Amino acid sequence: MDHISYDKTYISDILRSVKTIAVVGASAKDVRPSFFVMKYLLDKGYQIIPINPGIAGSEILGQTVYASLSDVPVAIDMVDIFRNSSAAGPIVDEALTLTPLPKVIWMQLSVRNEEAAKRAEAAGLKVVMDRCPKIEYGKLSGEWAWVGGASGAISSKKQSMHASGKMQSLGLGPGIGVKK
Amino acid sequence: MSEQEFGFDTLAIHAGAQPDPATGARATPIYQTTSFVFDNAEHAADLFALRAFGNIYTRLMNPTTAVLESKVAALEGGTAALATASGHAAQLLTFHALMNPGDEFVAVRQLYGGSINQFNHSFKSFGWNVVWADANDLSTIADAVSNKTKAIFIESIANPGGVVTDIAGIAEIAQKAGVPLIVDNTLGTPYLCRPIEHGANIVLHSLTKFMAGHGNSMGGVIVDAGNFDWGKDGKYPMLSEPNASYNGMKMYETFGNIAFAITCRVLGLRDLGPAISPTNAFNILTGMETLSLRMDRHCSNALKVAEWLQNHDAVEYVNYAGLKDSPLYDLHQKFCPKGAGAVFTFGLKGGYEAGVKCVSSVNLFSHLANVGDTRSLIIHPASTTHSQLTEEQLALAGAGPEVVRLSVGIEDVADIIADLDQALS
Repeated sequence: MDHISYDKTYISDILRSVKTIAVVGASAKDVRPSFFVMKYLLDKGYQIIPINPGIAGSEILGQTVYASLSDVPVAIDMVDIFRNSSAAGPIVDEALTLTPLPKVIWMQLSVRNEEAAKRAEAAGLKVVMDRCPKIEYGKLSGEWAWVGGASGAISSKKQSMHASGKMQSLGLGPGIGVKK
Repeated sequence: MSEQEFGFDTLAIHAGAQPDPATGARATPIYQTTSFVFDNAEHAADLFALRAFGNIYTRLMNPTTAVLESKVAALEGGTAALATASGHAAQLLTFHALMNPGDEFVAVRQLYGGSINQFNHSFKSFGWNVVWADANDLSTIADAVSNKTKAIFIESIANPGGVVTDIAGIAEIAQKAGVPLIVDNTLGTPYLCRPIEHGANIVLHSLTKFMAGHGNSMGGVIVDAGNFDWGKDGKYPMLSEPNASYNGMKMYETFGNIAFAITCRVLGLRDLGPAISPTNAFNILTGMETLSLRMDRHCSNALKVAEWLQNHDAVEYVNYAGLKDSPLYDLHQKFCPKGAGAVFTFGLKGGYEAGVKCVSSVNLFSHLANVGDTRSLIIHPASTTHSQLTEEQLALAGAGPEVVRLSVGIEDVADIIADLDQALS
């Protein structure tokens, strides 16, 4: 895997399989990309655990903030990294000390650390770099096209409806991402 | 499957256009509504703050229009697109996102006369200063770049002269200057020419022309190639700096490789307002499904008409890059090998008077100010579309007094030639 382009199934398998996502570098400011992503993923039904040592103990979007991955009391499926590329290395290393191990390391747009990716893959984790889970979810669900995005998908099947009436989830199938 | 695995015609029909989620309608429905109800107050707040994807108000987005946008983005190989009321509106929103008062952009003179007017007059009143260069001499483009330059603007196939532009050569100059290359691909269409593959960063269209193809609906589009780093030097503050109208959000940081399209939508379209109507979006979508079929016929008809004109006694010259002896034949082979388009000019030995007589004598050709219709169209630029230009500008734009412009339609080519034959005799 070159981590330049990703197969659609690789991404959809990840977004379909994970339930609990720790967001490292989570911001409480509602205009920051990490806030956008947490809000979006919460709306899709994921459990979100914000990580930010500066505001540990407070809440973002009703979710308790922890100082580090090691402090999180529940099992983490995916670590989503909103820090720069060099900071991503130690975060991955900390993730690799967790029991149970996370299934996925996800580095946000412009974040790329090849060495850390190799260590994570050697431990059996899946890695995504330089991508945003909100964008990838939007592409798979078709929502991306609502803002004029080229979604990468065509289909002659009727799109399924969200329980709330929002259109979504065709690429992900029923079950995941449905809030209610 | 990724989009790249589908052929052009499959994308032209299917990209963006899934069966309707509400009704199962197979054709894209016309969502003729101004507004969309929110699920609840939180959903409304999320939409307004851009935290959620979804519909608010048709000035900003509309499900019918979104299908058009997604389809054009796919056909051009861009990351996202924004449809507008017209091609001119697309240009306005594009430069609104890039320019501050006092900034400059370089444009080549070989442009649609309406664009020359927009740049020379309306844009100047905003303090956006055009610096003109020559598409046929790339050194003039490089020389025109200064530290105030924010973009370079060209047409893939230029109106009116049918000039094929060296997109890759100019993209290199833009890259060196650290500014985006904007390509108006109206006369090329993504079927004939894909500017992003040659280094363009933004592609614009008047969808009114060949994309819609039937002369019935106005529309424009901005395609974001997703390949420009808007954050590197603070040169594009609307994209890279905190935005006061969104509580300090930074567009490029938040939206990555669709930031340009989003900026044009949520700042440009929101505040300046030139939205396309959903009905026009639907008409254009329907036209686009047959884009390649029409363009093949347009181009083969145009070549036959150009060859016929070349041998006509009343004709001094024919400017069509598809002719083997055209100085632009090599550029045509490189950038739009499937065809040199269907809009071109020829010069009449009889000058201005002969031009006026020709456009007055046709019976099949329609004498009007449009291109890219199924019908064959004719105009005398010096007395109409380009009449605001000086004589020097006319000559530089390839619209001298002797010039007649054709947009060759998809009728039987024998009938097209017969009509010109009687008009020139």
